[in-house]
Amino acid sequence: MNRAVMTVVLCFGLASLYSVAGYGADDQFTTGSSDPLISFVNEQIRKGWEDNEIQPSDTADDAEWVRRIHLDVVGHVPSGKVVEEFMRDKDPAKRSKLIDALLADSGYVRNFTNYWTNTLIGRVTPDKTNRGALEKFLRESFAKNRPWNEIAYDLIAAEGRFDDNGAVNYLLAQLQLNADSEEYVVEATAKTARVFLGLQVQCTQCHNHPFNDWKQNQFWEFNSFFRQMQREDHEKYNATTGQMDDDYSELVHRNFDGPVYYETRAGLMLVAYPKYFGTEIDQGSETNRRLELAKSITKDDSNKLLAKAIVNRMWGYYFANGFTRPIDDMGPHNPSSHPELLDRLTDEFVKSGYDLKQLARWICNSEAYNLTSKFNSKNQIDNPANGEVPLFSHMYVKPMQVEQLYESLLVATAADSAGAGSYEGSQGAREEWVEQFKSIFGNDDEEGALYSGTIPQALLMMNGQLVKTAISGDKGSYLASVLSDPAYKKEPDRIRALYLASLGRTPSSSELKSMQGMMSKYPDKLSAYQDLYWALLNSNEFIVNH
Amino acid sequence: MFNQGMSRRHFMSHAAMGGAAVLGANDFLSHLHLNAAEVSKNRKACILIWLGGGAPTIDMWDLKPGSKNGGEFKPISTAGDLQISEHLPGVAKQMDVLSVVRSMSTREADHMRGAYFMHSGYVPNPTVVHPTFGSVVSYELGTKRKELEIPSFVSIGGGGMSPGFLGMSHAPFTVDAGGRIQNADMAGVDPSRLGSRLDMLATIEEGFIKSDRGDAGQAHKDVYSKAVNLMRSEQMKAFKIADEKPEVRAAYGPGQFGDSMLMARRLVEVGVPFVEINTLGGWDLHNDVFNTLKNQRLPLLDQGISALTADLKQRGMMDDTVVICMGEFGRTPRINQNTGRDHWATSWSVLVGGGGLKGGRAIGETDADGTRIISESYLPSDLWATVAYALRIPLDTVHTSKRGRPMKIAGGGQPIKGLIS
Repeated sequence: MNRAVMTVVLCFGLASLYSVAGYGADDQFTTGSSDPLISFVNEQIRKGWEDNEIQPSDTADDAEWVRRIHLDVVGHVPSGKVVEEFMRDKDPAKRSKLIDALLADSGYVRNFTNYWTNTLIGRVTPDKTNRGALEKFLRESFAKNRPWNEIAYDLIAAEGRFDDNGAVNYLLAQLQLNADSEEYVVEATAKTARVFLGLQVQCTQCHNHPFNDWKQNQFWEFNSFFRQMQREDHEKYNATTGQMDDDYSELVHRNFDGPVYYETRAGLMLVAYPKYFGTEIDQGSETNRRLELAKSITKDDSNKLLAKAIVNRMWGYYFANGFTRPIDDMGPHNPSSHPELLDRLTDEFVKSGYDLKQLARWICNSEAYNLTSKFNSKNQIDNPANGEVPLFSHMYVKPMQVEQLYESLLVATAADSAGAGSYEGSQGAREEWVEQFKSIFGNDDEEGALYSGTIPQALLMMNGQLVKTAISGDKGSYLASVLSDPAYKKEPDRIRALYLASLGRTPSSSELKSMQGMMSKYPDKLSAYQDLYWALLNSNEFIVNH
Repeated sequence: MFNQGMSRRHFMSHAAMGGAAVLGANDFLSHLHLNAAEVSKNRKACILIWLGGGAPTIDMWDLKPGSKNGGEFKPISTAGDLQISEHLPGVAKQMDVLSVVRSMSTREADHMRGAYFMHSGYVPNPTVVHPTFGSVVSYELGTKRKELEIPSFVSIGGGGMSPGFLGMSHAPFTVDAGGRIQNADMAGVDPSRLGSRLDMLATIEEGFIKSDRGDAGQAHKDVYSKAVNLMRSEQMKAFKIADEKPEVRAAYGPGQFGDSMLMARRLVEVGVPFVEINTLGGWDLHNDVFNTLKNQRLPLLDQGISALTADLKQRGMMDDTVVICMGEFGRTPRINQNTGRDHWATSWSVLVGGGGLKGGRAIGETDADGTRIISESYLPSDLWATVAYALRIPLDTVHTSKRGRPMKIAGGGQPIKGLIS
């Protein structure tokens, strides 16, 4: 063997030694994934730190990280047992393996079904829209890991009854006006551009955009693709039976050809033809404009806007900040913080076949995703909540979503395992709880890391039924099981168990001392543990995804 | 369960009203203020009595006895310069401080759109959710009342629409007519444990805040402080109408509506700047309008409004409290084949007064049949501009929506001259 080859073999050998030990080449942290794209991601982010003369925070410890990855991927906190096992695991590739395991978990499907249902039709279901059917469509799509562009195609091109074709509910939800109104499909136009293409066009309904370079005619050209659809509501009340014989809606095709007329603010009447980024399609009535649009956006995606928008959105999902803020307002007027990285991720995402799980792996295995959320003295400027451009030198905290809070409370009290019965049964209980919350949480859109808590939310957590049940000491309850568990012999063990189950970490020694001090003042032990658990579940640390 | 004359669909649209197309919490608001010092001293308030369903104002405030549209009721004289329905005799005696705007012309005859328009002063728009005016008052006045420990926008009986881009902290705080706030008491737990719970909570929260991860931890702590203050506040007594003298309570009339009106007075008394009352609905009278009004709706409305006004006068609060009574639209002058009236936004009336506004006047005029306006017409933005004027909120106040769009307070309306001079 000649010397060059020997050198290569040696290098390989050393490199693999390093990755086994949990460190890659250059002594950098690794989750254990060997995907070369992740190195590129890390390089690009590091370049941003160097250019801005900041130092990244430390790697998140296992407790911090395992809670974060659970909340982000499967939408609930890990149980105390899972935390302990993860902390004990010595496998240097454990983080990448956990990412894969969680992506394959049914929680992934449920979490992203919730996220996308809320994004597509809001938390408060609009009139005559079938939320359950849309959820079913999304659930099946995520369970099969269907390519994103195919899911998008189905949503944009959908037709039919709202119970037969769940995807149709996305557009139905936007069609709440009178079908003869000029504004009938305005909301659908604006929302489709925003959610699928990351373009904010709603201002341009009436005038050229004040900030980006969208013009009013472009809005109406886009709008003209949606003119051949109409909502049809079927309601038939049977006075004899007291039931509804018919109670459904559907999205049907209607005839429309030629141009769309619109008025400028100066009162000038202009025309717009169906044109998608320079490509004109036939304006005759035989052409199904919406199908053409769906194809252009999702199958051609020649300008890669569909891919770029979802990459930016998902980066923003995991990091609380996308490469642009807002995540759905992209363009020359709102430059990306890491343009080369965004472009490369976009290209790779397209190459992967628009694979959402692959995208999640690239993001979650990155160095930046594995950093602690604590600032250090050298990255104080990296504070997007203050309006600064994010540099991803530490994780940014996110509030829990309503559904995540519910699921987490179930996990923190082992209620999720206690025979939840049929899917519909548990879904019903979840919906009831979310109902109570959504009127007081509002319909917050996806961005921003500020906790938008209000008094009714706080009251609900402090005195509401769910937490009350969670801290009950009754026979069969979670607290009762902890207090009677032979594995927890002394008070510190029990306190430790409660911290792990809720916050996903063990108490510091000073915390332990404080708590024990306060608990000693109680006449009965059960009340002391109840109040401790009340405090843990109501704390900022519990409800913040850090 | 369903109010008379309201179909299932109408009921569902009312129920959905509160959550229609909400956009979201706003973190960055820019804001122009004048006269900030004056605003901080004031004890001004507004009480909105919402007539859900759209009341037949042609039978209440602007009768047409000579016309075929006139219906069964006769007008009576009042303590002011105008005549109103014979079935509102109590209000008639209070018309020295109340006026009627008879030339509302609002174009939105759909329940949801009309409710949105009347509450916010803006027509619904897919690009933005406008705040209901109660949220505007909460934002402008409530935030300056440092001594107010209970919410600054209270909705009795639910509803009240959305805070829009002003954010969830200015959403209407809902309470039922019995004064029950959901989750405000530690039912079944000894209240003395609240202290110990809060001590443990403080230990955990301080630790998290000190770990230097941004402001979310502190923001959470602040909200909890406010919630605890609410639970422990003396001002919570304002919700307990049972504390009121029985004869005072009786004067407001039996049932939920009377109780709500009394609660509104008590809330305004402790400094709440905006109260909305949603406990007297059922005005969507497509059938049997006269019997329903005469026997069910009007007696309750009459007793509630007249008792409230008399009470406010007696306590010297009338000049500081605007009272406004309206629904999402009026009803057709033409009586339909079910002896009812249908939706009508072309020409209708709103009752408004107090807060230093001129009373006893009819502002604007409709023709003899009630179908056309023969004077200047007004929009909800004008009504809210008038209320803003009375509450001393500067009319050039501009908010910025989350997308960076400037939004004039009160939709750019102008105070109605006949009410302010």
